[in-house]
Amino acid sequence: MTFTYIPGDQPEILSVRGLKTHFFTEEGVVKAVDGVDLTLHRGEVLGVVGESGCGKSVTSLSIMRLVGPPGRIVAGEIKFNGEDLLALSDRDMNRLRGDRITMIFQQPQTSLNPVYSTGNQVAEVFQIHTGAKGKSALAKAVELFKQVGIPDPNKKVNAYPHEMSGGQAQRVMIAMGLAMSPEILIADEPTTALDVTIQAQILDLIRTMRNQLNTAVILITHELGVIAEIADTVAVMYAGQIVEEAGVEDLFEQPLHPYTQGLLGALPVIGKHTEKLAVIPGSVPDLVNLPPGCRFADRCAQRELHDLTICTEQAPELIPQGNNHRVRCWLYT
Amino acid sequence: MLTYVARRLLYVVITMFAVSLITFALIFASGDPAVALTPVRPGQQPSKELTERIRVKYGLDQPIPVQYVRYMGNILRGDLGESFYFHRPVAELLIERFPKTAQLAILILITSLLIGIPLGVITALKKNSVFDRIVTISSVAIISVPSFLVAVLLLYVFAFKLEWLPNGGTGTWKHLVLPVLSMALPMGVAYGIFLRTNMLNAVSADYARTARAKGLDATRTNLKHILPNALIPIVTLAGIDLAYLLTGVVLIETVFGIPGIGIAITRAATQRDIPVIMGSVFIGAIFIGIMNLIADIIVARLDPRVRLGDR
Repeated sequence: MTFTYIPGDQPEILSVRGLKTHFFTEEGVVKAVDGVDLTLHRGEVLGVVGESGCGKSVTSLSIMRLVGPPGRIVAGEIKFNGEDLLALSDRDMNRLRGDRITMIFQQPQTSLNPVYSTGNQVAEVFQIHTGAKGKSALAKAVELFKQVGIPDPNKKVNAYPHEMSGGQAQRVMIAMGLAMSPEILIADEPTTALDVTIQAQILDLIRTMRNQLNTAVILITHELGVIAEIADTVAVMYAGQIVEEAGVEDLFEQPLHPYTQGLLGALPVIGKHTEKLAVIPGSVPDLVNLPPGCRFADRCAQRELHDLTICTEQAPELIPQGNNHRVRCWLYT
Repeated sequence: MLTYVARRLLYVVITMFAVSLITFALIFASGDPAVALTPVRPGQQPSKELTERIRVKYGLDQPIPVQYVRYMGNILRGDLGESFYFHRPVAELLIERFPKTAQLAILILITSLLIGIPLGVITALKKNSVFDRIVTISSVAIISVPSFLVAVLLLYVFAFKLEWLPNGGTGTWKHLVLPVLSMALPMGVAYGIFLRTNMLNAVSADYARTARAKGLDATRTNLKHILPNALIPIVTLAGIDLAYLLTGVVLIETVFGIPGIGIAITRAATQRDIPVIMGSVFIGAIFIGIMNLIADIIVARLDPRVRLGDR
């Protein structure tokens, strides 16, 4: 069975509006996430892409409500099937986590507890959410190990994290994430720490699982290759905000935001010889003292080219550009 | 596992050789044993003649290496020698006294863990609460005070003022409470602070975040996932602390008048009673070696990454 995600065909299951997550540090308030809107439909793979420090991980942790001090969600709403997650009690949120919304992380080996066997850690999900006891929970873990393609699952459930390769450990994490057939799986850089060949396998596994369970996936990455491989829709983040969102083909064919264009330009193209890869000059603005205008303005070649002054004075909004394509840039007003 | 234990015991033997050499050298470096052994009548000069006789009698006139080899030869034959001062076989002295010291040391270690682990867990769970602050501040105060002073304070309050417990001696469990507490209290609160720090650091660990993402609440994440990891360094530390513990027990035995090896070794040291010093040091080294081995086995149980017998 293959599943193709058709936009507009599927019900909306997650809607993030005006999310602001700030970190209250000695140096000042770090506005890591500063007004993010996201919409996710059943079975959709939403790729969130951006440089490190752009707020993509903090956005996902905010959805899980796992941002710890000194960070705090200061504004916005996160609606899951119409229910505001930010208004839930801690107890109800615990029930939801690992059951209906799950998350996997970048470093699979350190994300597993070194003192428990991997099977034990997967079985724990069943113990928490179904009340299954030791033996039957472990039997289910064996079943899951098989599903995520871990060889010799009966034996491997007894293996400890340090006895597994990164790829296998990430499969264990995925087994954990998919144990309860969640509605949303958040994958935060799931392939970054892995070898290229293993990366493809893990992405393939995530796609297969999405097809089987109709789970929506939020995939956080800084690699456009990963996005091209698996995402249905893409949100590009820059300095705590989404600067562009579109269907994956749309975005790659017709990137509108100068930052997105820069990211795509920095990708090497096979067969095309260039002296140097294009780079975006400058660096990300200080998240404590953000500029009043567009956050990308002082790195933006388009601004200089078109000699725009509004860019440094006034912050642009996300503007619709037809066909589910939106961009935060003064060029398109 | 068995080969591992055997090899570790071999290390203990090697350590003992090293320790014997160092101790022997230190004894002679710190003064002439024959002079120290010479009895002196009040108001008189020590008799040179007597000193020389003592020197010959105990073989102290031989070159030091010869003495050492002879002593070690006897040891290998199972003869620990006879105390210069008590005129009794050292083996007998150790068998009589060491169990009291070992009992005290082990009780102190267990009690300090029984104090430290719950204290660390509760203060970590209730971080920045009034309870946490009171415990942390008083812990620092207790650690800062030397343990013999803790002993004296405990004696004053519980033996002299309240008269709940005896002020010294041995016999019943009541005699053990104050000696054990006077060392277990400072050690225990130190373990508590260490465990608290370990647990609080691990809250931001990747695996702790995974546990939360699975749906565990903060408390169960702390107890089930963070605590076992945070305990590993505590057990290692406790194993290392044993050496410190044995020297501390010497003081405690003196304060509470417990006839353990501590009192014997302090007296032997002032009198240069070589066989007793050497015997005590040996038995201390064996004790520390075995306890460290036990600590390592426990660490291997707690941490699957540690494989006994590798390398």
